Amino acid sequence: MTDNIIKKNDIVVRFAGDSGDGMQLSGTLFSDASALTGNDIATFPDYPAEIRAPHNTIAGVSGYQVHVGNHIYSSGDKCDILVAMNPASFKSNLKWAKKGATVIVDIDTFTEEAMTKAGYTSDPFTDELERAYAIVKAPITSFTANIGTEQGAEKKTYEKCRNMFALGIIFYMTHKKLDQTNAYLERKFAKKPDVIKLNEAVLSAGYEYADKLEVIHSHIYEVSHAEMPKGRYRNITGNVATAWGLLAASERSGRRLFLGSYPITPATEVMVELSKHKGLGARVFQAEDEIAGICSAIGASYAGALACTSTSGPGLSLKSEALGLAVMTELPLVVVDVQRGGPSTGLPTKTEQSDLNQALYGRNGEAPLVVVAASSSANCFYWAYNAAKLALEHMTPVILLTDGYLGNGSQLFRIPKVADLPSITPRLATPNDPDYRPFRRDPETFAREWALPGMEGLSHRVGGLEKCPDGPLSTDPENHALMTYNRQEKVNRVANYIPDQEVTGNPDGDLLVVGWGGTAGALTLAVEEMNNEGKKVAYTHFNYICPLPKNTGDILRKYKKIVVCELNNGQFAGYLRTQFPECPMKQYNKVMGLPFEVGELKDCFTKILGE
Amino acid sequence: MAERHFVPKAECEYTKADFQSDQMVKWCPGCGDHAILASLLNTFPKTHHKKENILMVSGIGCSSRIPYYVDTYGFHSIHGRACAIATGAKLANPALSVWVNMGDGDSMAIGGNHLIHAVRRNQDLNITIFNNEIYGLTKGQYSPTTKFGQITKTSPFGTIDYPFNPGELVMGAQGTFFARALDCVPGLTTDIMTRAASHDGTSVVEVLQNCMIFNDKTHAAITDRAVRDDRTIVLEHGKPMIFGKEKNKGIRFNGRCLEAVTIGENGITLDDIMVHDETTEDTGIHMMLARMCGELPVAIGVIRNVKKTSYTQLYEDQMDECMATGKYKCVDDLLNSGDTWEV
Repeated sequence: MTDNIIKKNDIVVRFAGDSGDGMQLSGTLFSDASALTGNDIATFPDYPAEIRAPHNTIAGVSGYQVHVGNHIYSSGDKCDILVAMNPASFKSNLKWAKKGATVIVDIDTFTEEAMTKAGYTSDPFTDELERAYAIVKAPITSFTANIGTEQGAEKKTYEKCRNMFALGIIFYMTHKKLDQTNAYLERKFAKKPDVIKLNEAVLSAGYEYADKLEVIHSHIYEVSHAEMPKGRYRNITGNVATAWGLLAASERSGRRLFLGSYPITPATEVMVELSKHKGLGARVFQAEDEIAGICSAIGASYAGALACTSTSGPGLSLKSEALGLAVMTELPLVVVDVQRGGPSTGLPTKTEQSDLNQALYGRNGEAPLVVVAASSSANCFYWAYNAAKLALEHMTPVILLTDGYLGNGSQLFRIPKVADLPSITPRLATPNDPDYRPFRRDPETFAREWALPGMEGLSHRVGGLEKCPDGPLSTDPENHALMTYNRQEKVNRVANYIPDQEVTGNPDGDLLVVGWGGTAGALTLAVEEMNNEGKKVAYTHFNYICPLPKNTGDILRKYKKIVVCELNNGQFAGYLRTQFPECPMKQYNKVMGLPFEVGELKDCFTKILGE
Repeated sequence: MAERHFVPKAECEYTKADFQSDQMVKWCPGCGDHAILASLLNTFPKTHHKKENILMVSGIGCSSRIPYYVDTYGFHSIHGRACAIATGAKLANPALSVWVNMGDGDSMAIGGNHLIHAVRRNQDLNITIFNNEIYGLTKGQYSPTTKFGQITKTSPFGTIDYPFNPGELVMGAQGTFFARALDCVPGLTTDIMTRAASHDGTSVVEVLQNCMIFNDKTHAAITDRAVRDDRTIVLEHGKPMIFGKEKNKGIRFNGRCLEAVTIGENGITLDDIMVHDETTEDTGIHMMLARMCGELPVAIGVIRNVKKTSYTQLYEDQMDECMATGKYKCVDDLLNSGDTWEV
């Protein structure tokens, strides 16, 4: 490598191919290797709902975007390098490539038939296109087939290795070694030495192929190492981080972890991950439906567990009635909603923030509960932990909103020590307490006490019917008014136990950008770039949604121009307006099943500043 | 696999009074629920389970008010979901003796899915279905067990819904314990419930219960004193299936189906009468017995009681095994597992 190496703060690589071409794996291996060699990373899988849509169609295209470098907040807008394993992925993904990007295609797949299936009526590689991008027409299929045949492998085996050839090219272009991936292959196929040998050979062949290509030599990148706080790091997806946060909360609180859930995209991974950890005491129950998922969790909560259920939008709809029961019985419960595009089945594999109203209001009666939102794949760990802490200490259901982007995406995670996490003190009743009453409340938090079946002398009944503070049923009008007030006040008082909302960017800015939940990456970068370009933009990002931090109004009232940015039609903006009607707010909304791009946000902010 | 028992035994003897709550019982006078409550209160002392470990879970409906009338831990939940809530409670703490109480609409209409899956799993739950063949609390609409053609508030021209037989449902889901009781014979109900409590796995007890107000005498054709002996048969394990006022009728399997015969007529002797075996794994005969009606007497008592490792035991064995052999001893181990690196 004697070339002019292009030094960059960060680059974006996008792997695209047919479902089953191994693009998710290529992306993961590239991001792992990058992280281990000192880059910060963020990833974004973009895959179809179908497991194997018809071969070579646009519907079957699966993508995985990796953003590596220094200070990586999001998975990046457009890519510097695009890998397209067939005509359909080339056609549908070229729009994600920057002008001048290197585009690697498997030219062997560009047959008449495949191009027609992808919707091409003429040669896709026009002169105009060749001028706009550095297109590398690599014969990936035939190279891989030659190696496979030489090693005596079967066709169906070596066909699965094409992604390794592409990965080899990418490793060469990004100046990385193959050791990491070889080690992974040796672990994964430990019992199949033939497969290890084949994959390693194809990976090296891709690397060597790139070495011989002139066009690639002018596109070799060296990406800055990340400047990160000292500590031990790992790569983690949001869904795994969520699962681990719950495990940590269980250990710290001393309450058994129970998860009652039903498979649903994109939340299933939370249950899948916890299912592996019975050894750590995780009691996972795959229920017969979403309703049984939450109801089993409510039963487990009554019996004394740190009880959780994980789901996505349609599942949350099914859980609505039971959530009301958890509100009424004032039991601790964590509901994880990994949001996806809605309504109804909507866009199961795509991200959105459109369950906010459902989380805040989606129950019959006056049914307040706590809502919090994670804002990065890695901090899903802390927000899951925090949701459990709030539930156990305040005796309330808590909805944790994450989304498909955070849940499936991955990031570097600085590994904490469980002992360093904030303590969790469940509000357990004392056996044989003669003064125990089911709805006796802590005067500060208004939380009731948790008396568990098995505790002597505290037998009592809970249920969906209104009760009086001593426990028995009551339809008394004044009592209902009092209990309704108490349930609301308990949730309101959570605000006394959460930190103040912070403003970043330029706090004296002319514009306040407001975000919440999973959009923090793109918003942070957009605000940072604007300020670097001399504009004055302030930014505040919400994780505590209900109740809001106590200083929220003070912040909002300071700015003449406010824009609330979210991946829905303005649910958080509407929520803020009901509480702070004196603050005029603009909105920037996107409902395309896609995360924000930094570019579109900057355009929006620039326009508002100019008004 | 070693059989394990998870519910601790009481060190003292309880009486019925220990389980009576101070709440006023608000069912209609004459409702069959009063008798079922009494049977249940008589059952608890016989189970010898620690009182504070007993949990009553119910759904919604007249019968689901029962937790308020029993002085144990109780959860009066939402319509149809009692099984799911009970499942979670038992999983969180297997030391609880969990009782699920539901009506026919609660358990087989809105809660049908939870019931069949609870039965399929065979977790250690004691389920009682109060079957009055009507929606009582909403004042008289037909339920999944209402007789075909019956006129109710929502079937003024007669129902055209074919009813469920709860026993068939339980057998269909490979249930391990099914019994049928009558509200008007509370002593037998207590005996049946006591046996249900000692069954390791899901037990389902259907109690034929009368709703005086909205479906009075729905079971009278079999439960009236004048006909009861001839229209019902109390099954006992290992004993011939004899019934009738004169104790001279019996059930015979003719190679194709069950039939009622009279001993001493047409050359029938006691040897022709089937002997009840509640432990047969195959559901065939139990299904036939549960289905008996019309010409055949309705079967009362424990129809099926089969040994099959309970979900509770399988779950706890797996948890113990995983915790004893697991790679990670604490969450810190997990956080630091796999590829990690120092910066």
